[in-house]
Amino acid sequence: MGVRYANASVPAVHDVDLAIEAGQFAVLLGPSGCGKSTLLRTINRLVEPTSGTLLIDGGDVRERDATELRRGIGYVIQAVGLFPHYTVAQNVGVVPKLLGWEQVRIDARVDELLRLIRLDPARYRDRKPRELSGGEAQRVGVARALAAQPRVLLMDEPFAAVDAIVRASLQDEIARVHRELGTTIVFVTHDVDEALRLADRIVVMNAGHVVQTGPPAEILEHPADDFVRDLVGVDAETRRLALERPLIER
Amino acid sequence: MSADFIAHVGAHVALAGSALVLALAIGIPLAGMAADRPLPRGLLLALAGGFRVIPSLAILTLALPLLGLGFRPALLALVVLALPPILVNTDVGLRAVPRATLEAARGTGMTERQIGTRVRWPLALPVVAVGVRTAAVEVIASATLAAFIGGGGLGDYIVGGLQTANLPELVLGAVSVAALALLADAALGYAQRRLAV
Ligand SMILES: Nc1ncnc2c1ncn2[C@@H]1O[C@H](COP(=O)(O)OP(=O)(O)OP(=O)(O)O)[C@@H](O)[C@H]1O
Ligand SMILES: [Mg+2]
Repeated sequence: MGVRYANASVPAVHDVDLAIEAGQFAVLLGPSGCGKSTLLRTINRLVEPTSGTLLIDGGDVRERDATELRRGIGYVIQAVGLFPHYTVAQNVGVVPKLLGWEQVRIDARVDELLRLIRLDPARYRDRKPRELSGGEAQRVGVARALAAQPRVLLMDEPFAAVDAIVRASLQDEIARVHRELGTTIVFVTHDVDEALRLADRIVVMNAGHVVQTGPPAEILEHPADDFVRDLVGVDAETRRLALERPLIER
Repeated sequence: MSADFIAHVGAHVALAGSALVLALAIGIPLAGMAADRPLPRGLLLALAGGFRVIPSLAILTLALPLLGLGFRPALLALVVLALPPILVNTDVGLRAVPRATLEAARGTGMTERQIGTRVRWPLALPVVAVGVRTAAVEVIASATLAAFIGGGGLGDYIVGGLQTANLPELVLGAVSVAALALLADAALGYAQRRLAV
């Protein structure tokens, strides 16, 4: 599968042949501009492949109704993209509302999610996005994606603006959502430690290609080439040891 | 207040109001349809630029042989006057909505129509309102011109006052037009602040 943007001289994503199992926590890892976001956006049809096909549950996504497909896929956009004229609660409740949930059910779900992302519902429900810090806004973006309990969750660098302590707790929450609900997650990051911590399977990308995929331990122990070796870094050994310490509650 | 004065205010408001409503009904859908289409958009903005430099008096004069005297040529001139700020501000407002916001809207599974009604237009509205406010003030002030071709309104006092060298009448006309324009400006300014995110 490949994607070439109009007017671009080289494809943003090229020759990608990748299968993500249902219930998997896949992490796309690679340097800036390597095509992670582009690849992610093909999954909910925000970008259409210019060559090849993308299948979900065995069916070509192009044959699915785009809006219906997207309502079933949570998407955390890299640029956060909260609706500035909506309150936090309206932002989080947007997909349930599109799906026609009753308001009481939406309200309850919004409060539940705000607690999950460590924002006090009483204080934050009625704020507008401009009254949030960058990290808070990013967490609301995560809550919005989780709202309708999608079976598939696409997360594009969802914790980039969050401080280390909150990030660790959000990583635990996402790992828990994945474990308890069996959500298939495709998660983009360029933070190697985050990738190692969360992934069942890491997909290493460079310059539009997938250069290696495998479980974290395999990537660390058998990097496919110098690029991957450099990426996981000289601390591969310390990282490998860290992997042996389980995630909290894992 | 004399019945004559009230009738003149009424005629002035009716003329300016109709011009504004017509310009809105034409300008907002046009700018909305053109916003994402480079060629129509370029043409429309060029047209808006052209309209801006044509003096209203010239339009009045040109329209006379076609539309005759009175209300209709005045209305045409005022619509042409009101269109540029409405076209330009609608365009700016729609295009200023951040790409990330639109992508997020698309990503949540809104239809194109829902993106328009729930996200794009509401976010553009405060900017559109600025254009409406500008247009309203210009139209109210310029509706005075209608008096020169028998279109009525408060301009009658100004034209009459000039012809008979009646200063109080002239001042009455000028002050009422200014008051009306300021009133519209304040009201629309309030509405615009209420719309702001
Ligand atoms: N809409 C677009 N039109 C044209 N080119 C694009 C577009 N979006 C991205 N690109 C290009 O495609 C390539 C891949 O971009 P992409 O956003 O997928 O990278 P990324 O891996 O997510 O990077 P980052 O880590 O910085 O977010 C880049 O070279 C980028 O400039
Ligand atoms: Mg990206």
